[in-house]
Amino acid sequence: MDSAIDVLSWILLTLGGAFVFVGGLGALRLPNFYTRMHAASLTDSMASILILLGIMLQAGWSLAAIKLLAILAFLLLTGPTASYALANSALLSGLKPGNSPADSTEN
Amino acid sequence: MVILFAVFLLTLLVLTAVAIVRTENLFVAVMLTGIFSLLMAANFFVLDAADVALTEAAIGAGITTVLFLGALALTAEHEKSVSAGRWLSMGVVVVTTLILVYATFDKPRLGDPEAPVHLHVAPWYLEETPELIGIPNVVTAILGSFRGYDTLGELFVIFTACIGVLFLLSGPRGQHLPPDDMALSSTAHGLRHHLIPKVVGRLLIPFIVLFGFYVQFHGEYGPGGGFQAGAIVAAGIILYALLEGEAQALKAVPRSVLMGMVIGGAMLYGAVGIAGIALGGNFLDYSVLADNPVKGQQFGILVIELGVGITVCGALLSIFHAFAAREPV
Repeated sequence: MDSAIDVLSWILLTLGGAFVFVGGLGALRLPNFYTRMHAASLTDSMASILILLGIMLQAGWSLAAIKLLAILAFLLLTGPTASYALANSALLSGLKPGNSPADSTEN
Repeated sequence: MVILFAVFLLTLLVLTAVAIVRTENLFVAVMLTGIFSLLMAANFFVLDAADVALTEAAIGAGITTVLFLGALALTAEHEKSVSAGRWLSMGVVVVTTLILVYATFDKPRLGDPEAPVHLHVAPWYLEETPELIGIPNVVTAILGSFRGYDTLGELFVIFTACIGVLFLLSGPRGQHLPPDDMALSSTAHGLRHHLIPKVVGRLLIPFIVLFGFYVQFHGEYGPGGGFQAGAIVAAGIILYALLEGEAQALKAVPRSVLMGMVIGGAMLYGAVGIAGIALGGNFLDYSVLADNPVKGQQFGILVIELGVGITVCGALLSIFHAFAAREPV
């Protein structure tokens, strides 16, 4: 039972790490501001869910797991909101979504 | 493993510092200083200094960034290029760096139990805290009781800094506008038209303030205390000001209340010291405050931490409002 939980936890942690990596890669390599932000927001939604669930499985039923749950709830509320606010202010300040590579310099 | 983390974090710190120096866009520099503080907080945490990490994260990464942005909104976004005296400053930096590197050769190894700092008063604090004060967090015991004079001094440094900033910034401009005009100016509106940040922010503000109070009153048992709590509560109210507009935040916590907090907190700390004298002890000796010396110590620490929290919160909010009330030059 313990080893099953361990394996599940490591699968979650590895998947979360993979999402962080993909998010970082996307934030560096994608062509313009909005696509890069999409990649970056992947890190703080999907990756944080997976990684925190993985750590919660390691922590077991304890106060630490509840604290991690609270952190997860906090991150799930603030991360997407920050992404939205960033994209919104970029749009309002006149950065048009598009494919032109010129956008990439305006970050 | 800890060494690996520490080396990773310190490398990132150096990279961030170089990036801060090299960038000419001040907005980018402000964001990078925020990242620098967060990395520093993580580094403090790796070194088991949770109290310092909490302070650095709340003040360095949180409120300082907001204050920098407030200052940036009043000035230009790009650094003025200065070429004169470059070689002189380069020389000063190189010489200082070499002296500092030379000084590290005499430094004891990290965590060396034989280091002078671990042989002086630290063992005494660790041994005597459970007996004399009876609280688990030795950092709070040292900060509040054993080194109460130092903390009183720190509090007055914050008090003086707040007064100084208010003197510098509260010129005739902006400060004396009646509330109606404030509401009309575009900066006073906050993010009122941005539904999602507003809804989420409203949801979070009570929890942020609640967490601040937890940090305040749980400081004797876990990491935390007045400095951290004051910064967290101030961050919650600054978030309110950003979402609802500065005028609204001033309506909730008016300037007179803020001034009262800055002065009252410092006076509360001093009053505890005077009360010690009045009850027959020394200045800032809490043992006489209750019939049992240990109870008295705990009560004294609780009250002075409250004083610290009130002053820090009031000072940070006053400085924030002082920046926000200025019109761009």
